[in-house]
Amino acid sequence: MDLLDKFDHIVQQRASLPFENIDPFTVVIEEILSETEAVIGGRKTILAGTNNYMGMTFNEDALNAAKHALETQGTGTTGSRVLNGTYSGHKNLEKTIAEFYDQAHCMVFSTGYQANLGMISTLAGKDDFVIIDADSHASIYDGCALGNASTVRFKHNNIDHMERRLKRLPEDAGKLLVVEGIYSMIGDTAPLKEMLAIAKNYGCTTLVDEAHSMGYCGEHGRGIAEQQGVEHLVDYTVGTFSKSVGTVGGFCVSNNPKFDILRYACRPYVFTASLPPSVIAGAMEAVRSFSRSGNRMAHLWGNANRLHGGLKNAGFNLATESAESPIIAVNLPDMMVATHFWEQLMLEGVYVNMAVPPATPVGINLMRVSICAQHTSEQIDQIIERFIRTAKKIGLELN
Amino acid sequence: MTNAEIFTKICTLIAPLNKTGTEVQPGTTFQHDLEMDSLTVMDLVAEIEDEFDILIPLNLLPDLETVQHVTDAVEKILTKGA
Repeated sequence: MDLLDKFDHIVQQRASLPFENIDPFTVVIEEILSETEAVIGGRKTILAGTNNYMGMTFNEDALNAAKHALETQGTGTTGSRVLNGTYSGHKNLEKTIAEFYDQAHCMVFSTGYQANLGMISTLAGKDDFVIIDADSHASIYDGCALGNASTVRFKHNNIDHMERRLKRLPEDAGKLLVVEGIYSMIGDTAPLKEMLAIAKNYGCTTLVDEAHSMGYCGEHGRGIAEQQGVEHLVDYTVGTFSKSVGTVGGFCVSNNPKFDILRYACRPYVFTASLPPSVIAGAMEAVRSFSRSGNRMAHLWGNANRLHGGLKNAGFNLATESAESPIIAVNLPDMMVATHFWEQLMLEGVYVNMAVPPATPVGINLMRVSICAQHTSEQIDQIIERFIRTAKKIGLELN
Repeated sequence: MTNAEIFTKICTLIAPLNKTGTEVQPGTTFQHDLEMDSLTVMDLVAEIEDEFDILIPLNLLPDLETVQHVTDAVEKILTKGA
């Protein structure tokens, strides 16, 4: 018996999609030209599906700091944070992030995925409960699966549904509410103000994942909790360096005075190698530059509104009423249309993410666009034009 | 509430989600007989939770393959608490 037989149905589903030239699951970026352009399939392509919201991947200060760290400290630390893997850079970055969030403590993880995995599985123990949104990112689900707590889930962004479940939990049990500021697939915002207030009434510890909102939401770019004025109701904020910060890695910040015990108790932090010095140096410069990035932030929101408005006017069916984030998702009627649309759009020279079941709920087939602060207004208009041309070519009716 | 009463109530909740027209028996499976995808199952779990005013933790779901499994789980939660 081949243990991989259990995945045959996925292989068959993939094989049944009629991609002729390019397949979204095997795309190779042959040459990266800038934050917003690359060569794919020999074609110059506008990148509109990279999560590179603040366009920091070629930030000059970050590049210089990374290069210097690479040359002076080497290619990697070859060790865990609790053995030989903590350099002064790691401590400085933790201090920088803690200050950015105005919190007392910070722990840096090797990826954002591991930050959720580690925090959730370590905070909630055997007799505790984790309460999560049904549309949570895989790292949140996997954090629940790794830990020993009971997991309770409520309908996406549904405050009543959440409260009904909180009400049924034993009063004296440990409870961890986990929500995201912005949900990555359709780019909608969580009603944190209401949710966190209710969670606190029921005695919950709260963890908010600001992976997709850092850098451009709230006055300082700390995320949705800052934007909605409820940072005081957040016990743990988790984030990533792989989106607005433009590199890789994850973090958690908190004011809990006992925070540092997590450095020993949290297995996804302990049993993996720490981030290389060049990544640490690049991340630090990118986060520092957020405080001088008011224009970039404004341009990003301008781009998001321009794209949302343009596609809406053209008659596309958008997943959110307005641009709640730089993630703009277009609904398509079925997987076949999504397949044709994605491939034709690639031939037009625009890369977006195709999001179809099982990554999305049944019946939800999306062209997920994510916008970068470095996109020019002209590029945004080109994306809109190419969306319209693609719709015509594949015979998609616009309203 | 008896096991049979719980079973009947669960069948009522399944009815609107039953796209295959399969007659629901205690041994009917959600995935194969009713062809429910994981998200439909999730909606059904939410309905059952609200109907019986209980919580069915996510960790239990992999073991609940048939309608009888769910009926027994609900009965157990109702008598002992989650």
